[in-house]
Amino acid sequence: MIATMPLLNVERLSKSFGTHRVLHSIDMSVKLGDVTCIVGPSGSGKSTLLRCLNYLEVPDSGVVFLDGNPVGMRWHGDTLRQMSFNELAIQRQRMGMVFQSFNLFPHKTALENIIEAPIIVQRRKKAEAIEEAVALLDKVGLSDRAHYYPKQLSGGQQQRVAIARSLAMRPAVMLFDEPTSALDPELVGEVLAVMRQLAEDGMTMVVVTHEMSFARDVADHLIFMDGGVIVEAGPPKEVLSNPQHARTKSFLARVL
Amino acid sequence: MAHDKKPPASARPNIHETKPVPLRHPSWWIGGAALLIFVVMFIRLLVTNENLHWEVVAQYMFSAEILAGLGRTLLLTFIAMIIGLVIGVVLAIMRLSRNPVFQTASWVWIWFFRGVPPLVQLIFWYNLALLIPTVSIGVPFGPELWSASMNSLITPFSAAVLGLALTESAYAAEMIRAGIQAVNAGQTEAAATLGMTRSQTLRRIVLPQALKIVIPPIGNDTISMLKFTSLVSVLALPDLLYSAQMIYSRTYQTIPLLIVATIWYLVLSTILTLIEHYIEHRLNDGKSLELSLVLSSLFYSKFWAPRRTKVSA
Repeated sequence: MIATMPLLNVERLSKSFGTHRVLHSIDMSVKLGDVTCIVGPSGSGKSTLLRCLNYLEVPDSGVVFLDGNPVGMRWHGDTLRQMSFNELAIQRQRMGMVFQSFNLFPHKTALENIIEAPIIVQRRKKAEAIEEAVALLDKVGLSDRAHYYPKQLSGGQQQRVAIARSLAMRPAVMLFDEPTSALDPELVGEVLAVMRQLAEDGMTMVVVTHEMSFARDVADHLIFMDGGVIVEAGPPKEVLSNPQHARTKSFLARVL
Repeated sequence: MAHDKKPPASARPNIHETKPVPLRHPSWWIGGAALLIFVVMFIRLLVTNENLHWEVVAQYMFSAEILAGLGRTLLLTFIAMIIGLVIGVVLAIMRLSRNPVFQTASWVWIWFFRGVPPLVQLIFWYNLALLIPTVSIGVPFGPELWSASMNSLITPFSAAVLGLALTESAYAAEMIRAGIQAVNAGQTEAAATLGMTRSQTLRRIVLPQALKIVIPPIGNDTISMLKFTSLVSVLALPDLLYSAQMIYSRTYQTIPLLIVATIWYLVLSTILTLIEHYIEHRLNDGKSLELSLVLSSLFYSKFWAPRRTKVSA
């Protein structure tokens, strides 16, 4: 049973901002080790969906299950209770997130950004955290930038540090919210290369992206969203080369 | 081509080998001349007016009584600022909390202490014994563990600290709240996704960035506080101003002693300004800098001049 249970399971998730309904009863699941790419036009709800997974946005209805446990709520006997922020924080350690705007801590160096949460949240020894951070910086190709502050790094370098910072918490799944959209075109490749490597290493990833070639080459599962619903989903090569739905066809015609 | 047919009328120099004549600023010279006239007139007043009694100013400038008052003014400024800032941080966090009890309590506190003039507060605190003759600590409606008469607790100094620190706490709270709100929301989101609790996020991520933002207004407030301490002379607390007043009430040399106080206030506020600029630039660049550059930064226009290039050389 355990082996077939998806790592992440989303059931009937809905979210509105005011009167604007952003997500309409979304169902999806992510298996361990899978890379899921979510594509679609701006305003289709894909970022909101991603942010609902770790409760940065609180869904109006519907449930996200992580390892079979509901996110942001817990069973107390037969009563379902809302989680406190600190209980939620424990759940969030399992889900790393990479933002479009990097969100590195500007008052800390690259290395300090990476070791902050392992030391403060997971109470790991500093020497051990530094050792792991150095290895992670090496993995993202920035071992020579450990003591640089974020403002001294290029966008691509900042995003790679942000990826390393998330990985330092040893998450079960990595969420990427348009990780290359804020980058100059020549810097996109270095970030995608790190993400490709991560996928090859077997990391479970959910990626909201506009990079169609990345989605085609790396994803195991492609989701096309429009108007707050999943219009089409399946293996990326099928969806991209043989779209069934008219909205998918017209979107792909514009971006490919 | 057109310019081949019509050569320049006069022997103009080659544009690549000559520099344009810099812009002239006649208004600067006119304004400067007017200002200079006022400065000369003012200096003439200072030198020729015998009522100033510069010899008396010199006599009292470093007198023990004045220096003791100066010490009290400084002590009062720093104690009031530190207590005010500590309470201010707590108030700001309460104000931004999602807990409605904290929000309301903080709002009422800020409303009250920002609304009551510090002079009124000083007098009020000093006369607190008329309202509450004794204070005691104990179990509410139960036994009393400790008690003291208000008259022994409220001295001029403690009344002054209370009045000044509580006023400052309300202003500091609003500044720090603005500082916290100026920190990008992405920072708290990033901290949340790393599994940090609210208090960890506040202590490690938000406050360090917010305090950096509020350093200039806090420096400004410290200088204000230095001047506000002169209000405590109504409590007969011998600060800088009241020490000067005590001397001139004996010697009737009112103006020279007020000048002594004025000079000391200016010296202190200049020193505080320098310290504030030093900290500000230190935080901005993280580099050590030369005193001469900090000094010159006091006079450079922050708006038109290229920002900070002079200081972070």
